[in-house]
Amino acid sequence: MSSKVALTGNEAVACAMRQIDPDVVAAYPITPQTDIVQYFSQYVADGRVKTEFVTVESEHSAMSATVGASAAGARAMTATSSQGLALMWEIVYIASSLRLPIVMPVVNRALSAPINIHCDHGDTMGARDSGWIQLYSENAQEVYDNTLQAVRIAEHPDVLLPVMVCQDGFITSHALENLVVEDDEFVKRWAGPYKPDRALLDLDRPMTIGALDLQDYYFEHKRSQIEAMNNAGRIVKAVGEEFGKKTGRTYGFFEAYRLDDADIAIVVLNSTAGTAKPVVDALRADGIKAGLLKPRMFRPFPAAELAAVLKGAKAIAVMDRAEGFSAMGGPIFPEIRSALYDVEKKPVVVNYVYGLGGRNIGTKDIKAVYDELAQVAKTGQYSRLVTYLGVRE
Amino acid sequence: MANLKELSTRPEALGCGHRLCAGCGAAPIVRQILMASDKPVVIANATGCLEVSTTVFPYTAWNVPWMHNAFENAAATLSGIEAAYNSLKRQGKYDKEVNFVAFGGDGGTYDIGLQSLSGAMERGHDMVYVCYDNGAYMNTGIQRSSATPLGADTTTSPAGELVPGKRGGRKDLTEIMVAHGIPYVAQGSPSHWNDLVTKAKKAFDVKGPAFINALASCNRGWRHEPADTIAITRLGVETCFWPLYEVEEGKVKVTYKPREKKPVVEFLKAQGRFRHLFKPENKHLLDQIQAEVDKKWEDLLKREA
Repeated sequence: MSSKVALTGNEAVACAMRQIDPDVVAAYPITPQTDIVQYFSQYVADGRVKTEFVTVESEHSAMSATVGASAAGARAMTATSSQGLALMWEIVYIASSLRLPIVMPVVNRALSAPINIHCDHGDTMGARDSGWIQLYSENAQEVYDNTLQAVRIAEHPDVLLPVMVCQDGFITSHALENLVVEDDEFVKRWAGPYKPDRALLDLDRPMTIGALDLQDYYFEHKRSQIEAMNNAGRIVKAVGEEFGKKTGRTYGFFEAYRLDDADIAIVVLNSTAGTAKPVVDALRADGIKAGLLKPRMFRPFPAAELAAVLKGAKAIAVMDRAEGFSAMGGPIFPEIRSALYDVEKKPVVVNYVYGLGGRNIGTKDIKAVYDELAQVAKTGQYSRLVTYLGVRE
Repeated sequence: MANLKELSTRPEALGCGHRLCAGCGAAPIVRQILMASDKPVVIANATGCLEVSTTVFPYTAWNVPWMHNAFENAAATLSGIEAAYNSLKRQGKYDKEVNFVAFGGDGGTYDIGLQSLSGAMERGHDMVYVCYDNGAYMNTGIQRSSATPLGADTTTSPAGELVPGKRGGRKDLTEIMVAHGIPYVAQGSPSHWNDLVTKAKKAFDVKGPAFINALASCNRGWRHEPADTIAITRLGVETCFWPLYEVEEGKVKVTYKPREKKPVVEFLKAQGRFRHLFKPENKHLLDQIQAEVDKKWEDLLKREA
C-alpha cells in the first residue's frame, strides 16, 4: 500500500534509497545534499538497510569507491551537489565510460566562485556531456519517483549508463511537501535483484577493467557508449510508462502543460516549472494562449519529441538557471533552438537566464517573460536574444 | 612461510607478455607480493607504468580480476570493491574468500593519491596497498615526485648550472602510514625476496589495512644497466638508504641489518641520476645525504629497542 506523507526533497531521496537498499553507498556531505547522507547513515545505524556505507574522505573518493563497488558487482549509489560534483568530475566520466549503472541524486547548487550554497543548475548542466542520463524533478514526488525509476533505467541491459536525478537545492531539497510513497515491498519488487552480466569479483571469469585503449579501439568503445545513450530514451519512456501503470504516476521525456494550442510557451525545468503553472492558468483565464514545457530528461536530449510539441508556438522562451559562458546564453537554449531548426514554421526562440546563486524567481517574473513573449509573437521580432532576469545590470 | 620451491609453483597473477621495460623493478615486486597470498586476489591499480604496460587493449597480462580507475584513486576504488564484497557476503550473495591488493607508483601514492590512500587506511578497509617506489613519475618521463631523493636529476628537477638536481629530501611515506595506526606497515625491496614475501604474507593475514612500500628501480630514470636492478636495490638496502623494517601493531622491527653498513655513495654512484653530485662543488650534498641516512637509520634502531 502506498501512503501519503510529508517529506522534504532530501528525505524523499533518502526514503527511495532506503527502499532500493543498494549494496553499497559511498558518499560525502555537502550542503544542500547533506540531509541525504545523514538520513541514510541513520538507516545504516538502525539496521534498516543491508547497505555497506563507505564514509569517504571526499567526493572524488565517493565516486571512485562507487565506481569500484559497481564494477565489483554491487548495486551502488552516491549523492552530491555543486562543488562535490565538480570534484568528482574526472571519475564521473569514468563511471559512464565503464558503463556502470550507478544512480546519483544531485541537489542542484551554484558553483563557486563566489561561493554560494543556493540553487542553480550550473553543476549538473556542466556535467551534461559526461555520458550520464539526467532526469530533472519539479518537486519531492518527482524526485522520489525519478530515483526509483533511475535504477531500472540505469541497469537495463540496453543502457548500462549511470543516472543523475536532479532537484533544486533548498527549494525542493529542504521544503516539506506532501507526496505519495510506495510501500517497501513494492519498491523491492520494482527494483528487483541486481544481477550484472559481468563482475570484477567473479573469480571464475577474471576480468581486466579499465585497460589502456589506444587509437585502434577507443573510438569503437565510444561509439558503443553513444549507442547506449541512443537507446536510453526508449528505456526511460518504457520505464516511465510501466511506473505509471503500477503507481498511477506516468512519466515521459517532459511534461507539456497547456501546450497544445499555445502561441507562447516557456521551457523551464525543476521547481520553477511549478512556479510557472499558475501563471499559465491566469493567462489562460484572460484568454491568452500560454503554455509550458517542463523537460524531465535532458540527457539523452529528446530533440524530435520536443520539436513536435513546441513547433506550433509562435514564440518560445527557454529559461536557463545556468550560464554557459558561450556568449549565447544558457545551456538548454541552444539545444531547444537547434531541435526546432528542421520544423517548417520556426517559432522565435529566446533565452532567459534566471535565478543564479539562488536569486528568487516568482510568478511576477514569469508573468513578465510571458508578456514579452506575447510582444515577440505579435511582431515576430525580439529585442534581445538573451535576457538576464532579475539581475541588477 | 613456504620455501622458494613451493612459491615458484604458485600460479602467476601477472603473466607473460606484459610490456614493462627489461629490468623494471615493478614486475618482481608484484610477483613477490602476490606469491604470498593464500587466497585469490582482486587488484586495483593506479595509473602508471604497471597499468599501461600490462593492459594494452585488447590484451591483458593479468590472470586475476584487475581494475584500473584513475591515477589518484586506487585506494578509494579498492575501498568500494571491498565494500561490495563485504555487502554481498553479508547478504549471502557471495561465498569466496579474497585478498584485496592495490598497486601504485610513488606518484600515484606519495603525491596525487595520498588523500585517497589516507582515507582508505583510516576507514580500516581490509586491503594491502603496495607502493612501488622508483622515486619519480617514470611513466610520463622521469619527473620529480615527493619520493625523489635529494639531488636526483629528473626532467623537472634537472641538474643545471645553478641547481644541482632535486631540492630537498624525500617525503617519508612509510612513517606517514605508521602514523595512521594501521595494523601493519613495512618497507621492502625485491632484492630481499624472502623478506618481502614474508612481509606480504603478514600484510595479507592481518585484518584491516596494511601498507608496503617497496623500492623499485627504474633503469630509465635511475640510469643503470637493466641487468643491475636487483643489485642496485640491494645496495639501497645495504647502505641503509632503504631500511627494511616493519611496524606491526605499533611495534617496530628492523628485519634486516647489514653486517657492514655501506657508505651511501655506493648506492648513488651506481646511478646516472646522481652523477653530478660527484663534482667537487657538490660534495656537501653527498655529505648531507649520508648524514640523513645515518640519522634515520639510528632513529630506527632506537625505536626498535
